[in-house]
This record gives sequence, C-alpha cells and structure tokens, in this order.
Amino acid sequence: MGVKVAHNWRLRGQRYRLEGEVCDHCGSTIFPPRDICPECHQPAKTEHTLSGRGEVYTYSTVQNAPEGFEQYVPYTVALVKLEEGPMITAQLTDVAPDDVEIGMPVEMVTRRLRVQGDEGTISYGYKFRPVLQRA
Amino acid sequence: MRDVAIIGIGQTPVDEHWTTSLRHLALDAGLKALKDANLERVEAVYVGNMLSGTTTGQEHLGGLVVDFLGMAGTEAMKIEAACASGAAAVRVGMMAVASGMSDLVLAMGVEKMTDTVGQQTTAALAMAADAEYEVSQGVTFVTLNGLLMQRYMYEYGWERKDFANFVINAHANGKHNPNAMFQKEISQAAYERSPMISSPVGLFDASPICDGAAAVVLAPMEYAHTLSPAPVRIKASAVATSPLAVHSRKDPLALEAARISAQRAYEQAEIEPDDLDFFELHDAFTIMAALSLEATGFAERGQAVRMALDGEITLDGRIPVSTMGGLKSRGHPVGATGVYQIVESVLQLRGLAGETQLPNARLGMAQNIGGSGATIITHILEAMG
Ligand SMILES: [Zn+2]
Repeated sequence: MGVKVAHNWRLRGQRYRLEGEVCDHCGSTIFPPRDICPECHQPAKTEHTLSGRGEVYTYSTVQNAPEGFEQYVPYTVALVKLEEGPMITAQLTDVAPDDVEIGMPVEMVTRRLRVQGDEGTISYGYKFRPVLQRA
Repeated sequence: MRDVAIIGIGQTPVDEHWTTSLRHLALDAGLKALKDANLERVEAVYVGNMLSGTTTGQEHLGGLVVDFLGMAGTEAMKIEAACASGAAAVRVGMMAVASGMSDLVLAMGVEKMTDTVGQQTTAALAMAADAEYEVSQGVTFVTLNGLLMQRYMYEYGWERKDFANFVINAHANGKHNPNAMFQKEISQAAYERSPMISSPVGLFDASPICDGAAAVVLAPMEYAHTLSPAPVRIKASAVATSPLAVHSRKDPLALEAARISAQRAYEQAEIEPDDLDFFELHDAFTIMAALSLEATGFAERGQAVRMALDGEITLDGRIPVSTMGGLKSRGHPVGATGVYQIVESVLQLRGLAGETQLPNARLGMAQNIGGSGATIITHILEAMG
C-alpha cells in the first residue's frame, strides 16, 4: 500500500509546520485543516500555524506494527492535546515507552516517519518529545 | 413504509479457510439462507464487505456473487462501511423491502482476511481509520483501541485485568457455537498472561483475523408468515456517525455514534434498554464492549467494567451479551460480522441457539461498529413465531 510522492508533498504544510486553520466566526483553532469549523459549522479557511506544544492525553506502545513500520517497533503513539485545543495523533520520540505518562508536556519535532515503497521514499513529519528542561 | 421480516438465515463457520475462496464463502452462506427461506431466487442481493480489493484483489462483489448464486440478471451491489459493512448491507436490504421497491432481498456479509500475511492484513484494516492523520503515524486498529483503553483506565481507575470477564463470557458462550472460530474457554490467568499487541491491548483483548460469510433473506412482514414458520421482525434499524479520526472527537470515550444510533433504534422500537433480552455487541476489543454498553444506556460512564465484574453480561445476567461467542470467540471477519450478529440474534429469537439459548428471548439488539466508531449501526429484532 505505497502512497505516492505527491501525497506527501501535498501534506507538507501540516507535516512539517502544523499548519491548521482558525475560525473567524467562533475563534476555534482547527487541525487538521478542514475548511468547515467543527465547533460552529461555519466556513473557516484562515490559515493558522499551531505552536506544537501540548500534553499527552493518552498513549499506546505498538508491538505489532502494520506493513511499513515493522522495523520501528516498539514505538509509542499518543493523542496529544495541543495547547490551542485540537488533538493530534502522533508518535512520541526521545522517551522510553515506560516513561510516558498521561498529562506529560510535549513539543513537536520533525523526524523521519518511515521509508516507503520499492523506491525507498523517506517521509518526514511531526513527532512529539517531552518538553526539555530549560536552564 | 412496510415492516420488514427476516425469513431465512445462513452462515459459514468462521475459520481460517485456506481451501475456500471469497466467492465460495459467499455462495455457501447465501445458498443456506435461501434454502432456509425455501426460495431459489430473490429480487436483489446486497453484499457487505470491507477488504476484498486489498486482501484478494477482487472488487465488484455484487456482480460476482450474484452470478455464482446462479442469479445473473438480478440487481446486486457491494455495500461498504468498514467493519460495519455487514449491518449496512442488511440495512440497505431492509430499505429496499420497506420502501416497496423489492419484496424479496438477500443481504449478506463476506470477508476473506487470510490470503494476505499478517502485517498486510493489519495495514488493510487500518484503512478504516484516517489515512492522512492516523495511519500515516504508524497507527493500527489495535493502537486506536489501545489509546482508548489507556485513557479509560486512567479516567476511571480500572486495571487491564478488570476487563477479563468480557473475554471469559464470550468464550464461555462461543464454546457451544459450532460456527465459532474458538470453541474453547479462556481463563482469567490466560487473559492476564496474553502478550501485548499495542498496550494496554493484549492478544486476548482483540478479536481474531479470520474468514467468514453470513446471510439473511428479507421479506415484507405482511406475508412473512406465509414464507416462514418463525419470521423475525426488524423492529428498528438506525445508523449514526462520528468523526472518522479518534482525535477529532470531542469526547473520545463517549462512542457517540453508538449512543445516537441506539437512541434512534429505541425510539423506532418504542422500547427502553431494559426491555431487551440480549445484546449482540461489537466486542472487537474489550474496550469496545465496555464503551458500547455505556453508550447504549446499560451502564454509567466508566462502569461497564463493573457490570462485567458483577456478572451482569452472562447468560443469566441483567443483559446477556455475545451469547454465541461475540467477535472475540465466534470471530470477526470484518465485513461479515454485522450479519453474523443478526443471524445469531435470529437463532436466539427462534429458540434455536442450542446450549446458550436464552429462555423466552423475544427482543434482541445487534450493534455493528465501523472503524474505531465512525459508523455504528443498530438493529432491534423481535420474535414473531
Ligand atoms: Zn467556528
């Protein structure tokens, strides 16, 4: 089930920069972009880049991966509640599975997601890591 | 609109059918249902299926199956709603009869999942989730249920071992079902020992990958008694949806489409949950069984696990579930599952459920969940024999 290069290219704004939208009617922040506000159902096309900060809402460590991800097991996937409101599904990185906790503050980083297809296309995108302690 | 009855049922044993192809699974169940209804032909065939294109390279199942049933010329098409494809096919068939557009309809579900290797099947199943924003992150179907189960345990304070009774109950019942994939019991200890697939979901929290097909024949209620000695009335049929991606749901543990479709079904049938004699729920994962019981009004939020611990879901409990094994023990051939649930409900309502027959079963509910909960279809069935 290879996905074409054009598909990854089309999603680059979301994958690399968390480009979402903001609703001009009710002020909700929207990710992924969907052009209709899920809160007030009005058109919402104003671009808005999210901060990439949030906290772990829940997580699961994958032992049995789908095709294309076998070489990365075990890896931890989380639902991250972003500080602007939306929830995002993403892998956690730079943290051991046993150290993950619900409520843990995390921030977005760009990492390699997977190598796809016979051509070995590498796709990159967001992952989240524990917020680094600042000196 | 006309009332609709089920006048025939058929099912193939759920298994890893290495020697049987997709078309022959469908043919077996379809012919059994037609024979049960004493019919050779129907006016339309609706085939529920999720994965045939990916797992067998075969789409266009309507044309294929109707031809192999010896009914080329008859209206036929495939109906897809992920793991809810089976119940969706029954609903489409019901709409055809209820509207008066057809009198006799065959609705079936079929799935062939063992022609591909494990990781390919896992990836194919994940197509029910959001390809761009869930699956792209290495998420499997099991992972989505792991995310829900982890949060549920955190919010309500349960441990994984507390979910065991959903599995123990399903297998205790499935043990007596000759069409079930696993006709054996599972102990608390075995459940607790089962290896993690995507934490906290272990192997025994999850339903198996398998092959199967099941079918029902539908007819107008007004003359169903002339065709069948024991017709079963479809008292309610309702579909509801939620956002496809778990992360897009306001309250991921609410299983909102289950709540809405059950509510619509209760209104159509003019009943309360307590009026039901049994509930064939979609226990693809233990967490889905728990969330289903809460969304359909049988337990408060966070308390379905308590129900299972207290024995309220067993054959002699307050609301028996998975009476012939459920998805866990009978098996979960995804696009066929919703039809198996309805076939088993009909067996209960006809008094033909064998060792796990409920005394005086008159009213049952079957609920089929597509994806992680985006499409949920509820049917309420009533004995008329
Ligand atoms: Zn809005």
